[in-house]
Amino acid sequence: MTSSEENTVTLKRRDLFRMIGAVAGGSAMYQAMTGLGFAADSQYAGPVKLEGSPKGTKVIVLGAGWAGLISALELRNAGYKVELIEYNNRVGGRAMTIRGGDVLTDVSGEVQKCGFDSGLYLNPGPWRIPYHHRGYLDYAKRFGVQLEPFIMVNYNAYVHSKDYFGGKPQRFREVQADFQGHVSELLAKTVHQDKLDQSVSKEDQEMLLTALKDWGALDKNYAYTAGITSAERRGYEVNKGGGLMPDPVGGQPIALTDLLKSDVWRAMTFGQTHQWHSSIFQPVGGMDQTPKAIGKVLADITTLDAKVTSIQQDDKGVTVTYVDAKTGKDPRQVKGDWCVCTLPLPILNQIEVQVSPAMKEGIGAISYAAAVKTGLQFKRRFWEEDDHIYGGISFTDLPIKQIAYPNFGFNKPGKGVLLGTFAFGNAAFELASLSAADRVKAAVEQGSQLHPQYKSEFENGVSWSWHRAPFIQGCAAEWTAEQRAKHYRNLAEINGRIVLAGDHMSQLSGWQEGAILSALDSISRLHHRVVAA
Amino acid sequence: MKIKIIAAGVTLLTALAALAGDEAPLPPPSKHASLLGSPRFAAQDGESLFKSVCAACHMPNAMGGSGAGFYPALAKNDKLAVSAYPVMMVMNGKGGMPAFGEDMTDAQVAAVVTYVRTHFGNSYTDAVSLDEVKQVRETK
Repeated sequence: MTSSEENTVTLKRRDLFRMIGAVAGGSAMYQAMTGLGFAADSQYAGPVKLEGSPKGTKVIVLGAGWAGLISALELRNAGYKVELIEYNNRVGGRAMTIRGGDVLTDVSGEVQKCGFDSGLYLNPGPWRIPYHHRGYLDYAKRFGVQLEPFIMVNYNAYVHSKDYFGGKPQRFREVQADFQGHVSELLAKTVHQDKLDQSVSKEDQEMLLTALKDWGALDKNYAYTAGITSAERRGYEVNKGGGLMPDPVGGQPIALTDLLKSDVWRAMTFGQTHQWHSSIFQPVGGMDQTPKAIGKVLADITTLDAKVTSIQQDDKGVTVTYVDAKTGKDPRQVKGDWCVCTLPLPILNQIEVQVSPAMKEGIGAISYAAAVKTGLQFKRRFWEEDDHIYGGISFTDLPIKQIAYPNFGFNKPGKGVLLGTFAFGNAAFELASLSAADRVKAAVEQGSQLHPQYKSEFENGVSWSWHRAPFIQGCAAEWTAEQRAKHYRNLAEINGRIVLAGDHMSQLSGWQEGAILSALDSISRLHHRVVAA
Repeated sequence: MKIKIIAAGVTLLTALAALAGDEAPLPPPSKHASLLGSPRFAAQDGESLFKSVCAACHMPNAMGGSGAGFYPALAKNDKLAVSAYPVMMVMNGKGGMPAFGEDMTDAQVAAVVTYVRTHFGNSYTDAVSLDEVKQVRETK
């Protein structure tokens, strides 16, 4: 192919994509590109390019979480007049961090004063950034926010079932190695008994046996047994030493029936799930770092402590009314040509908003999931000193569900804050319905079943229940498949002069990346309308 | 050809729309332990259910609360007069109110709605029957 032919083809394809984008929206364009082998992995396509002059157009952006910040930032960079309106007295929305000295008041009126030492913190909302969330990574890089590894899989962390193993927590390395070993042994047996002859060729069976022996850490008889071979996977009962120290000893594997009944095997699937694959990161110093950095450059166009009470539109523009969030008084109006609304759907559902009946129905259809996180400060990092757990997550079937250890400051003496609860979904309501003080108590009580040191080392704690957060009713939109089919497009389309954005308007509900991708998609479509007019 | 690609794109989009990206998938029901937590609530009687589910938003005193939005008070609430309304709200949800139909048995729904209708200044003494809950479940 000559270079001019290549150019022609490229141009044609580009025209085709542009046409699809205009007709069916950015997502359809992406799908078409994927079908032709162009885009891959993440849908983030690099810094957004809003070309063409907006000719003095003004956009009101509601909500200064990720979607609002990105919308305001990129629209202003493209030459729009922008006003950013936020309920809280800070930007970042759910991407927040709780530190010592912070005073938290929830919807129940309960006030907590965080007693953490300097440098210690809790991320009550999002707390990890997958490597494939390229939009987030790009903004973090552009705003100079440092990342550090988030330990998703820690082989020495615990998996705990209150009713099995006498309530004694098991090490993840043992659970994983033993499950893999037992399954390999069973499958090898099946091969040896010629039971796979129908489905696997003889030649493949030989290779499969080799793989099972290696993958499952089986002995020469294809059995998974106590000994050095299995100990190389699950860890040693008596570890390797030097000089005249005792010889290493491999421990007894956990029986398959106990692995199954206790459900501890399920801990393996977390780190194998795409959204949690390694490498995965956290911002150094807390999750609020990136939104704070973006918010700083938008300070001159941001109004904080503003509770939106109505959003009206006609063919000429949008009028937003808000009151002082603290007093509920002092109503003010702002007018703009367009509005990007990133308010959580349950909040928007309680505001007078002038949109089509179909959009209104969608806004009222989606509830948000329950989630509870509790941070606990201890006098010393006993999980490292005594239990040799450095970062990562222990799993339990107790209501607290997870204990996550700090992924920074490893091996340092002194105090530490760990995440003592991460309950999610309807099962979290049992904790969510307690006061913060009682949630902290429950976290200490339950967590001490995994770490008996809790009782003597505990100093103070804070707890955050997302249904009691004043600015949102729950932690993230819980879409069912039926709701997606019925309402998603109605909510995503530009409605007159209003377009929604946020993680709720993405396939990544509850993820910052979802908010970023949704914002970029919404403002791109809005910009297209503006410059085409 | 162009039209075909648009159609394929839209179909894929719809298929993708079926995959919610929520934090944790719900575990299948199991008679043994569940590391991800049972989606069923342990409490059975109305008062315990109220305290361990409803109170998260409507508050332990059923007075509700407010911030950027609000949680309605269940105390002295006229909307509880006809039991079908609160039964439907608990089962199917509405607005910010999640649906609990999958997480509560008919008996649990009946118990918690009866409790709320007879406490916090509400005195609607006709107990919610299992049949009534069953009917709502079937007509969903």
